[in-house]
Amino acid sequence: MLTISRELHDEIIAHARRDHPDEACGVIAGAIGSDTPTRLIPMLNAAMSPTFYEFDSGDLLRLYRDMDDNDEEPVVIYHSHTGTEAYPSRTDINLASEPGAHYVLVSTRDGAHEAGDVEFRSYRIIDSVVTEEEVRVVERYDH
Amino acid sequence: MTIEVRIPTILRTYTNDERAVDAAGDDVRAVIANLESNYEGIAERLVENGEVRRFVNIYVNDEDIRFTGGLETATSDGDTVVILPAVAGGC
Repeated sequence: MLTISRELHDEIIAHARRDHPDEACGVIAGAIGSDTPTRLIPMLNAAMSPTFYEFDSGDLLRLYRDMDDNDEEPVVIYHSHTGTEAYPSRTDINLASEPGAHYVLVSTRDGAHEAGDVEFRSYRIIDSVVTEEEVRVVERYDH
Repeated sequence: MTIEVRIPTILRTYTNDERAVDAAGDDVRAVIANLESNYEGIAERLVENGEVRRFVNIYVNDEDIRFTGGLETATSDGDTVVILPAVAGGC
């Protein structure tokens, strides 16, 4: 199960809407071992594409260095699909390389980038096996 | 000669969970060959058809080797090599 604050949940949706029709992508870092996402880093989609996303390699290095310095790890890795459902594609599955992360997908298809509900779902992707998990949105973390 | 190589989570199964290991070699190709001699199987995860895999990033002292000569990028004592899988996907 992914437990995420309302604020961060809404930030992901706002980012996805802002970048539509391109795919939006980013990370929420959290303290190592906490499984609690706390620091959202919206990333530039270097592919600038409605069907593909990729972090810029220089941005990627800085991101991981900053997380190391802060004793953080990527708790959530998110991206948007802009014309399909919020489910990992074959490409998403093949390229997933953080077995400890929650992979969040949102979909801005069918006008959701402007109004209405944005589909928001979370998965574990380990050794190419996708397992959907419950998303619990909380007003604040207990600890 | 000692070059520190930082290993991403997904490849730590090869390095007994070590986050960083020491290696030697005067270019990235030699460093990877040296890694392979200690951590069998890791080279195949980094290199394909003699080139860095499309969705693997390797940096020598913070420079992405795609811009500095690829696997022929020179390495020397005290350098740091960072390996990071791309974060990428698509619908």
